[in-house]
Formats: sequence, C-alpha cells, structure tokens
Amino acid sequence: MSKLNLKRRGLLIAGVSGWLLQCLPIRLNAEDSSLISSFYGDQSIEPSGVVLKTPSLAENGNSVSLEVEAESPMTAMDYVTEIRLFAPQNPDPELAVFRFGPGAGLARVSTRVRFANSQTLTAVATMNDGRLYSGSSKTIITLAACVEPLL
Amino acid sequence: MSLKVRISLPENAATNDTVEVKTLVSHPMESGFRLDTMGEVMPRNILRTLVVTYRGEKVFETIFGPGIAANPYVAFFLRATEPGEVRFVWEDQNGEVTEIVRHLAVI
Repeated sequence: MSKLNLKRRGLLIAGVSGWLLQCLPIRLNAEDSSLISSFYGDQSIEPSGVVLKTPSLAENGNSVSLEVEAESPMTAMDYVTEIRLFAPQNPDPELAVFRFGPGAGLARVSTRVRFANSQTLTAVATMNDGRLYSGSSKTIITLAACVEPLL
Repeated sequence: MSLKVRISLPENAATNDTVEVKTLVSHPMESGFRLDTMGEVMPRNILRTLVVTYRGEKVFETIFGPGIAANPYVAFFLRATEPGEVRFVWEDQNGEVTEIVRHLAVI
C-alpha cells in the first residue's frame, strides 16, 4: 500500500510541475513587452524578420549558445544598425547589444549567454531608417534556479 | 592586464565574400549577482565592449551585459572587399584595453 502511495505522489508532483511549466509563457510575455517598451517607447515593432535560435531545453543556465540573425541586404542604403537581446527573467535583463556597419555583410551573431531561469528571450533589430523588427525564442532550463539562485 | 584572446579569421577571402569571424576571450565575466561562500556579493568584473574595424571602418560592435557567459565567445560576419587590417579592441569595465590586429588577404 505504501509503495502505491509513493508512486501516486510522484505522479501528482510530475503533473503539477508540468502544469506550472505550461502556465509560464503567459506570465513572461506580459513582462517581456513592458521591458521592451521601456527601451523603445511606443514605436511599433514588427514581430518578424529576426530569427533567434536558442536550444529549447538546456541543462543549466551558465552558458547557453545562441544565434541571432536579422534579415537585411546589408548595403550602405539598407542595413541593420543594432540588435538588442533581452532576457526578462535575468537580474539584468539586457543581455547584450550588437551594432553593425554595412560592411558586416550579414547581421548574424553567435554568442553564449546566461539564463537565471526558463524564459523567452527576445531580440529587437533596428534598421538604419529606424524600423524595428523582433524575434523570440523560448528556452527551458532544467537546473539553473535550484542550484544557483543568483546567477 | 592584457586578455588572452583567440581569433579565428580566414587567412584569405575572395572579393566580396562574407566571412565568419570568431572571437573567444578568457575572462570571468563575474556578474555581480553571485554570492561567495561567506555570503558576500562577489563584485562585478565584466568586459564592456568589443569593437571591430576593418580598413579603418567600424563593422561590428558588442556591448556586453553581465548576462554574457564567462569567457565570452562572439562570432560575426565581415564582407571582404580589399586586403586590409582587421582591428579588434576589447575594453573592460575599468577601461583596460586589449587590442589585436589581424591582416585579411583578399584575392
């Protein structure tokens, strides 16, 4: 009987934590947009044209590889000037800023970042004429918060 | 203090080729949010910027936040037009500068 109870408890915990994970994105999106509007004000941001690649699942948040690319011909007339990376759940949500000249040829950057928690990263690209584009990517961290609460 | 830096840049490129440049720096990138074993906050120690110029023109810049992982790796692209110098300048939060110059041959 006691064995059965343990199993049941395990199942229950798994079920509840799964449900909590499902709830996460909704909360994050709201925080995300207020964070980004604190940088860009009420300028409209087209939610396309930027591809942000992060692993969907990472074992720990100390070093997660990331690639971001903004679509652009990168000519002197039409190029990406800046890409900003936001991690709304990090103690300092502004991960990095990348600035480009037209001589870069491609507005693509790879780097490695820290995650304080599972979250949706957003990249916002600014074009030389001021247009804004964005892209997002969600990553679940399996260990970070429990092992190292302050990253 | 000069940083230990590794740069991967092709020795030569065809005209108008877009080449990938990879950089890796040995640096703790201490975020200033972690506690040591005594419970004291470990002071922030991070790099602030990487500026890359090609033939005197700025092509790429990174402003690092504390959310960049230790030993920062940054890979970006460069359109090879003519042979010339590629200059990499890292600056940390105290204004210490590390500068590396590489030559890119364009054929």
